Amino acid sequence: MTTAPAIPPLHGKITVGVSAERAFDLFTRSFNTWWPAQFHIGQAEPAEAVIEPHVGGRWYERGVDGSECDWGRVLAWEPPHRLVVTWQINGMWQFDPEPANASEIEIRFTPDGPEQTVVDLEHRHLERLVAGQAMRDALVGGGDWRAVLELFAKAAVDQRRAGDQLL
Amino acid sequence: MDAYGDPGLGLLGDPTRRAIFELLARQPCSVGELATRLPISRPAVSQHLRVLKDGGLVVSRAEGTRRVHQLNPDGVTALRAYLDRVWEDALTAFQKAADNAGSEQEKQ
Repeated sequence: MTTAPAIPPLHGKITVGVSAERAFDLFTRSFNTWWPAQFHIGQAEPAEAVIEPHVGGRWYERGVDGSECDWGRVLAWEPPHRLVVTWQINGMWQFDPEPANASEIEIRFTPDGPEQTVVDLEHRHLERLVAGQAMRDALVGGGDWRAVLELFAKAAVDQRRAGDQLL
Repeated sequence: MDAYGDPGLGLLGDPTRRAIFELLARQPCSVGELATRLPISRPAVSQHLRVLKDGGLVVSRAEGTRRVHQLNPDGVTALRAYLDRVWEDALTAFQKAADNAGSEQEKQ
C-alpha cells in the first residue's frame, strides 16, 4: 500500500486567564467538566469523558449505560506545559487499536504573564486514520486483498469489543 | 481555526448540517430516516444534504428502490471537517471554564 499524502494539521489557539499549572490541571483532570457533551462517539449518551493522567493512559468516554468508548492514548504527560494524546477514531467512526493508524493531538500551555496562559492545540497525522480508502481501492481494480482482510480482522475485533462492552 | 481552503470546512458550522453529518457518521440513512430524527422537513433535509454533497462530505447511492446517504468514504476530508468543528467548540468551552475558574480564584 502506498503512503497516504499528508493532510494539513488542524490548529487552535486560545488564551486563558489562569496559570499554566491551573490550565493544565483543568484541561486534564477536569476534562469532563468542560468537554462539550455533544461530541461523543459511542452509541450511548455520554456520562463522562476521561483522560488518565499518565503516559500510556486511556482517553475515553463512558456512556450512561456503563459502556466505554476509547478515543486514544496519552503519549506525553508533561505538566504543566505539554500534553500529547492520540485520536484513534477512524473514518468509519470506530476506535482503531493499531498505533500506526493513530493521529496525534498536541496541546501546549505557555505562560503569558502570571495568571495568563496561551493554549495551542495541533491535531496532526490525520492521513494515518483509516477512512475507507483502503477498502475501496481493494475492491475496485484488483487492489491489495491483504488490506481487506486486515480491515475485516479489525472490524471483527471492534465488533467483539463492542459485544463485550454490552455484557 | 485555520481553513486551508479545504472545501469541507465551514460546511459544518450550521447546527442542522452538523446533526445530519453526525447521524450519517453512525449509519447511512435515507432522507426520510433523517427527517424522522430531526425537527425539520424532508425538503429541508434534502437541501442540507445537497450542500454537504457539493462540499464533498457526503455521497449517496441507490439501495434497491431507496436512496441512502453516507459520509464520503474517500479520504478523511469529512472527518477533518468534523474535527475542526470539535476543536473550535472544545477550545471555546475550555476557555470559558478556565476563565470561570480564574475569577473564582480571585474571589477567594
